Amino acid sequence: MSKVTLAEAPPGVEGAGFFATSLDKVIGLARANSLWPLPFATSCCGIEFMATMGSTYDLARFGAERPSFSPRQADMLLVMGTIAKKMAPVLKQVYTQMAEPRWVIAVGACASSGGIFDTYSVLQGIDEIIPVDVYVPGCPPRPEAILDGVLKLQEIVKNESLNRRNTPEYKALLEKYGIATDNG
Amino acid sequence: MDKLNNQIVIDRLQEQFGDQVRVVAEPHDLLTVATEATSILDVLGFVKDDASLRFNYLTDITAVHYPNEERDFCVVYHVHNLLQNLRLRIKVFISGPTPTIPSATPLWNGANWMERETYDFFGVVFEGHPDLRRILNMDELDVFPMRKEYPLEDPNRVDKKDFYFGR
Amino acid sequence: MSKPITRITPNAAVFFDNDPQDEFITLNIGPTHPATHGVFQNVVQIDGERIVSGVSTIGYIHRAFEKIAEHRPFYQITPLTDRLNYCSSPINNMGWHMTVEKLLDIELPKRVQYMRVIVMELARIADHIICNGILGVDTGAFSGFLYVMQEREFIYEIFEEICGARLTTNIGRIGGFERDFNEVAFRKIEEFIKRFPPVLKEFENLFVRNRIFIERTSGVAAVTPEDALSYSWSGPILRATGVDYDVRATAPYSSYEEFEFDVPVGTNGDVYDRFMVRNDEMWQSLRIIEQALEKIKKEPTGVFHADVPEFYLPPKEQVYTNMEALIYHFKIVMGEWETPKSEVYHAVEGANGELGFYLIHDGGRAPYRLHFRRPSFVNYQMFAPMSSGMLISDAIINMSSLNVIAGELDA
Repeated sequence: MSKVTLAEAPPGVEGAGFFATSLDKVIGLARANSLWPLPFATSCCGIEFMATMGSTYDLARFGAERPSFSPRQADMLLVMGTIAKKMAPVLKQVYTQMAEPRWVIAVGACASSGGIFDTYSVLQGIDEIIPVDVYVPGCPPRPEAILDGVLKLQEIVKNESLNRRNTPEYKALLEKYGIATDNG
Repeated sequence: MDKLNNQIVIDRLQEQFGDQVRVVAEPHDLLTVATEATSILDVLGFVKDDASLRFNYLTDITAVHYPNEERDFCVVYHVHNLLQNLRLRIKVFISGPTPTIPSATPLWNGANWMERETYDFFGVVFEGHPDLRRILNMDELDVFPMRKEYPLEDPNRVDKKDFYFGR
Repeated sequence: MSKPITRITPNAAVFFDNDPQDEFITLNIGPTHPATHGVFQNVVQIDGERIVSGVSTIGYIHRAFEKIAEHRPFYQITPLTDRLNYCSSPINNMGWHMTVEKLLDIELPKRVQYMRVIVMELARIADHIICNGILGVDTGAFSGFLYVMQEREFIYEIFEEICGARLTTNIGRIGGFERDFNEVAFRKIEEFIKRFPPVLKEFENLFVRNRIFIERTSGVAAVTPEDALSYSWSGPILRATGVDYDVRATAPYSSYEEFEFDVPVGTNGDVYDRFMVRNDEMWQSLRIIEQALEKIKKEPTGVFHADVPEFYLPPKEQVYTNMEALIYHFKIVMGEWETPKSEVYHAVEGANGELGFYLIHDGGRAPYRLHFRRPSFVNYQMFAPMSSGMLISDAIINMSSLNVIAGELDA
């Protein structure tokens, strides 16, 4: 018996030889199950991400088989580890290089809030410079927690409307961070 | 070869440098001597190359800030004789708005980054260093953060001005 | 085999200008380059595939450990040490505890020392597994990494039994451990020393006599002992050059003098030798763990900390019920303890080399000054000078074999 399970089809109208549903749902389904991660690993959480990618936990099971080290081809930016102020412009540049649609997971306490490093040199959470979709708590989070973060993001991706990236709200969000929008 | 011990080191140093090298203490069996910035390079070179001492391994260079002392910076060298397995700590007390001390890079290549780190944190200028720039902090930083007068947290933060945090 | 021998030019001149007429190209590798496994930036000048000169920029995750340490009581510094070399946190934890114990003149019971040895050697294996596995990945062999990753997960399981955390362990307290190793932990350690050798043997077989691997690593980035000492190298990469300096052997701490183990050394100081030294060290670590398990059996059971109530945090349930424990708890937490004004330098053999703690204490709640002598920081400074004359691909595996951990590099 194969253990492969198929992704559940979105709700729609089914008949002989056809299946009708909204385009949003189909694309969301496809996107959610083929998220290409860009691991932006700086410190400890990066080591846990290594375990997440490794054989025991295997992030690839959730459609993230290929870690894309080029921001151009990545969908999901996983920021793992402390982001120092020296690093902040680099992170922002990596984010702006990513093509829309793009999602961000802040993995670990440091990326989410600066963690235990409340110092002059550490950025107090990456949401000061880029918008974040999912926060994963922990210092470092267990691989299960990172996987859970990815699954949470999949839910977000599945339910995102195709138009979201063109809405004025989204543009205002990016503008708040001083990031130029490239699609309009 | 006789086993090197702290007393032999003291004797050799006194013999060579006389009053220029003071014995400070031996906390936890680690001999600590102090000298002046003018003679530190000679002392380091001597303990490195002298046939009986041979402290040829530079373990560490760092600094300490004593804001209430007259000479408010102390540069600390840890050297190690790998053959005889003996460590020596050499301290140099310096002061001034830009505390200055000769660089140990002619003796050890490894001193390069250690001195850059010390400069970065304390603003101690190592004269003769080939490339004395900030190493860990941002180049734009205009203070030396490990000095005692600078706070740990970023003073420009606004998000913590909170009733519950009490500031 | 004719391989270019690396020419080491200290402080080689670096050119930043991108003059189109220039015959050299300036290439920026990092700080987020996938090949560097961490946050390292190197701006190199290349002539075709060959590096002419380079300059390293570090500090991209500078977190101001030493400044934080001046504001934290001793027991709160342990979590900071976790995050130095996060691949082998327990060694850092133990190093810090031992530094404080040296300051306070605490003598630990033998059993606790052996427990510490076990934890440290497990951590060393976990660290070397990553380094050698990654070196395999960088030379094009991914499967070895996946094999040994399983065993590393098992070591993390042991750590979880001991302290509850996987990576940033925060194992131990000043004066011993917070709790005894439980039955499961001992059983798992014993299982580990049974199941790891065949895996390591298999891993070793993939590389040691592998023609591709030897061609790729032998003679690459060879370093003479003189250069290594001049750059204050320590740890496996120094031993690969032939210098048998191991803190565990020269200045034994935590009863390492009672253990029988070899200090493996290399001859050429190249990437292959570094791989072999790390590999042999894993075997030696296994030997040490075996001996430690035997020794622990001879010690009285249930001892897991020294009898120093004025420095060892009492268990929480006693704090609530016992007046004396409450007083000690208050004193330790508030820093109202009687401590000597002194300074201590204590070094342990970290996975990357001599990890030193230079602690100046003025009797207050927090250290007056705490300096970490971080092996990665000291080891990495030779990278840029030694890269000149090297191929880019060789420089990449050279960096992997140095095993520079960004957290330890930038503190």
